[in-house]
Amino acid sequence: MQINRLKSGGQINRDKTLRFTFNGQSYKGYLGDTLASALLANGVDIVGRSFKYHRPRGIVGSGAEEPNAIFQIGSGATTEAGMRATQVELYDGLVAKSEKGWPSLSFDIAEVNDWCSKLFGAGFYYKTFMYPAKFWKIYEYFLRRMAGLGAAPREPDPDYYNHQNTHCDVLVVGAGPAGLMAALSAGKSGAKVIIADDQANFGGSLLASKELIEGLTADKWVSSQLQMLEELPNVTCLSRSTVFGYYDYNFLTINERCTNHLSEFTEGHVRQKLWRVRAKRVVLAQGAFERPLVFPNNDRPGVMLASAVSNYINRYGVLPGKNPILFTNNDSAYQAAIDMKIAGAKSVLVVDSRSEQPSDMVDEARNNGIELQFDAVIRNVIGHTKVKGVEISTYDSGSNTCAAQATKRTCDLLIYSGGWSPAVHLHSQSGGINKWDDNRHCFVPHTTKQASFSIGSCNGTWSLEDCLKEGIACGRDVAGSLNLKVNDINLPITKKIKLNPMMPLWQVIAENSVENLPKQFLDYQNDTTVSDIYLAVREGYTGIEHVKRYTALGFGTDQGKLGNINGMAILAIALGKPIAEIGTTTFRPAYTPVSFGVCAGEDIGEMFEPTRKTAIHDFHTESKAPFEIVGQWLRPWYFPKDDEDMSSAVIRECLATRSSLGIMDASTLGKIDVCGKDAVTFLEKIYTHDVAKMAVGQCAYGVMLGEDGMIKDDGVMARLGENHFYLTTTTGGAATVMSWLEQWLQTEWPHLTVYLTSLTDQLSTIALVGPNSRRVLQKLVDADLSNDNFPFMKTCKSEIAGLKVDLFRVSFSGELAFEINVNSNFALYIWNLLMVTGRDFEITPYGTETMHVLRAEKGFIIVGQDTDGSINPHDAGLGWLVSKEKDFIGKRSLERVDSIRSDRKQLVGLLSVDNKSVIPEGAQLIEKKSPSGPTPMYGHVSSSYFSPVLGHPIALALIESGRNRIGDKLLAISSDAKAIEVTIAKPIFYDPKGERQHAK
Amino acid sequence: MLLIKCPWCGVRDETEFSYGGEAGIERPLKPEDLNDQEWADYLFMRKNTRGLFLEQWNHSLGCRQWFIVERNTVTYEIIATSKIKNEAPDIQVDA
Ligand SMILES: [Zn+2]
Repeated sequence: MQINRLKSGGQINRDKTLRFTFNGQSYKGYLGDTLASALLANGVDIVGRSFKYHRPRGIVGSGAEEPNAIFQIGSGATTEAGMRATQVELYDGLVAKSEKGWPSLSFDIAEVNDWCSKLFGAGFYYKTFMYPAKFWKIYEYFLRRMAGLGAAPREPDPDYYNHQNTHCDVLVVGAGPAGLMAALSAGKSGAKVIIADDQANFGGSLLASKELIEGLTADKWVSSQLQMLEELPNVTCLSRSTVFGYYDYNFLTINERCTNHLSEFTEGHVRQKLWRVRAKRVVLAQGAFERPLVFPNNDRPGVMLASAVSNYINRYGVLPGKNPILFTNNDSAYQAAIDMKIAGAKSVLVVDSRSEQPSDMVDEARNNGIELQFDAVIRNVIGHTKVKGVEISTYDSGSNTCAAQATKRTCDLLIYSGGWSPAVHLHSQSGGINKWDDNRHCFVPHTTKQASFSIGSCNGTWSLEDCLKEGIACGRDVAGSLNLKVNDINLPITKKIKLNPMMPLWQVIAENSVENLPKQFLDYQNDTTVSDIYLAVREGYTGIEHVKRYTALGFGTDQGKLGNINGMAILAIALGKPIAEIGTTTFRPAYTPVSFGVCAGEDIGEMFEPTRKTAIHDFHTESKAPFEIVGQWLRPWYFPKDDEDMSSAVIRECLATRSSLGIMDASTLGKIDVCGKDAVTFLEKIYTHDVAKMAVGQCAYGVMLGEDGMIKDDGVMARLGENHFYLTTTTGGAATVMSWLEQWLQTEWPHLTVYLTSLTDQLSTIALVGPNSRRVLQKLVDADLSNDNFPFMKTCKSEIAGLKVDLFRVSFSGELAFEINVNSNFALYIWNLLMVTGRDFEITPYGTETMHVLRAEKGFIIVGQDTDGSINPHDAGLGWLVSKEKDFIGKRSLERVDSIRSDRKQLVGLLSVDNKSVIPEGAQLIEKKSPSGPTPMYGHVSSSYFSPVLGHPIALALIESGRNRIGDKLLAISSDAKAIEVTIAKPIFYDPKGERQHAK
Repeated sequence: MLLIKCPWCGVRDETEFSYGGEAGIERPLKPEDLNDQEWADYLFMRKNTRGLFLEQWNHSLGCRQWFIVERNTVTYEIIATSKIKNEAPDIQVDA
């Protein structure tokens, strides 16, 4: 039963009944309801339990400021946590659960925290759960369960999200009276305008207003303005769109919720969109948040903001009580009392802390038969799970004191209003400064850092007429500043209302008696109370940023929209300073929480990162090779025959290659063409070896160091002409090496004439490897491949089937081998031709795993596996590559004291003593007989394989003074295997003299 | 998100660029003449300026050119951008 639903009124559609559940209970609401308005209509008082004390809590607000009604919406893959019921539009079948309260809302086991709350003051978590550290896991389990912060789905999100980039002249944030006028004024002047509002309908405060504008009711007037805006082709209107971030250079982000209001999952539609907007001007018209008043038990269910009450009555046709009391320090709140009375509340009492002065609002209240009590405050709330009554005392505003004696009054709703705080969030995010205004008792925007303008109530401008005026003026100024022809619009006619100023009332009861009173809440989401602020001050915290962290004030998902200003004011009182000196905490994006889904957008799954495939990829897939991802490349891992497993495939591939002929797709190697008259000068700096001494047609293995002397990348490079070189890099290093070379050229040596061209994608590389490789290749090329004519480490040009190829007699396996570079368009053809030609020698394609085994048998390093950024060429056993005659990048660092230490880690080989255990990569190496206690770790295993050709395991390792310890025995320890006894060996296990690669 | 004016391409979003640290760090012409302390200064020590700062940026997802940016590290305001001069270092020849 919708017991609190009015018979008529509101902007809901009573013909469209919607069913929903809350904590398993079924309810009904109407199209146009929010989840919060529907719950209130159904008389649901308790919506959650508080974070620390587990006190029952009800709905307080009606928008982004709501701290209590925070729910888990939906279930399974589409569930969302942390949703504010005040901003969730009701749809049929909606499933909501409160996040806090275990085992149930009405009986909460942890409410004992409230009764023992003396123990739970500010800093409680820091003080109590710190020690012993190992108990943290246990504490955490209970804390999380009790805190109830919602649950993330375990399944992948089936929804579709996307991003849209756009530019505009003016972005208007907020479509209340000021924002509408600014957008219309700028739009009519021809500016490209985007106006965004986080609600389903434009209008802001006007949606609940009863004021007449141009003789129309507020909602009718809003519709007429919206129609005008929509008719302008240069204006984009975005509803359900929260501008949540304001970054440098007028870059703002908008979260548009496209289908959240329709159902939990809408197949085939974009659920949410992230707009990334670069605006020439930004107009901030976000409105203001009403402030609570601070008094004992001000958190009981049934305590509600005045503006929220007006919203529920006028927008949703919900009367949240029959017998309300309104407690205020300002005139604006009177509207809620008047709305209550007109909507049918039996008796309404206003308790105003101010003395009576003539005011239009006071007159209107009295005319409606509302009882008024001035110079009075609420000093306590009676009722536990629902407001039952209040204690009222007289208040002397001169001395700021509340009388000791109180009278009790029953009520079923306590409405409160402590004035308004401008929503300066985006202004602050943009780098703008705020200033405390002593007349309006709030922080208002002061200086701006970017091209932005704050107007309306987020600028501290309260009256409707002034907001409209400011909007028109702002739109005109913005258009003028963009050199547009200003097209003025007229100020709409509104009724002038005489208002009296508010009275600052930060806490009802004086500070010295706070400790012995029931709790006075500042931040409902984090259960921060007035006494927490005083405790923080007593313990020496004075800065607002420190007090925030110590008391958790404003640390919830609402970021203190409701309670922060009250907290700052009370800190000021506690410190005896003016509020202006306290300042605000830092406002950060996001203004309200944003889902991970919309942040990720389309960049998920296969779209997360590009996948690169070689030109020979089709052969690999047809051969059913599993792939290994290297960089972004898909590289075939091994080529299984029939139902071979990986280890048998690798053994077969290794033996075939070493005994006859293997073939590998090496196209992913980085390839860089270097030419220009200063190419030699440049490469002399880049490589450690003597590039200038290389003859044309000569290849060399080269390493590049960082300026710190550590190995950065390696690969074969070749001199193709006097001033023309071809470099290869590691697969993963291709892009970074290219950028790094460009950086040196452009920033350090711009006077050198050198041209760098990446050929990684243009050329494919096929490695033909094994004792029969020459025989097969010779069948296809005219060039004389005999050892005399084409010895090891030479390159030449030739043709295969009429296609130009570059041949390199180089070897990453220690076998006689050739690498063939060919235009990628023809690579698959050449590959297939080689496969056919090599058939007589049982040509065997092999993948990255066999490549690794073959290179490890020869002790060839993989940069990034056998080196880690702390390994220099001497450590890696590559001292023979280091020129003594020239300077190169990193050379000076090789002479630093640390670089010439004798106990540096050095690359060595390892053999397992039992000759059959494969040592896990990453295993740590320690003494065989270690003393008890900490054990020195001498190094780790970097590469480890079973060697098919040798018939036993081999490994490479980096070990302190390793080369002096050949023959020593150590233990290899890893987390996933038992200790293995190993012998340190030289890192070359197969053909140590290199006779095979030099084969005649 | 910054807007950066590449001297070659014009004003573009920060996402097209990569940062290259302090500008004007010159590689010593004769590293072998430097003691360990001097070399370490060149290698590791960078200013941590509060305020106007000259730095290198690369238009890495654009024209791939490196250039100089003068930026205020407090306000993130970019004051100016400029190309790197194409000049050979002034090498002192020992007499
Ligand atoms: Zn560029």
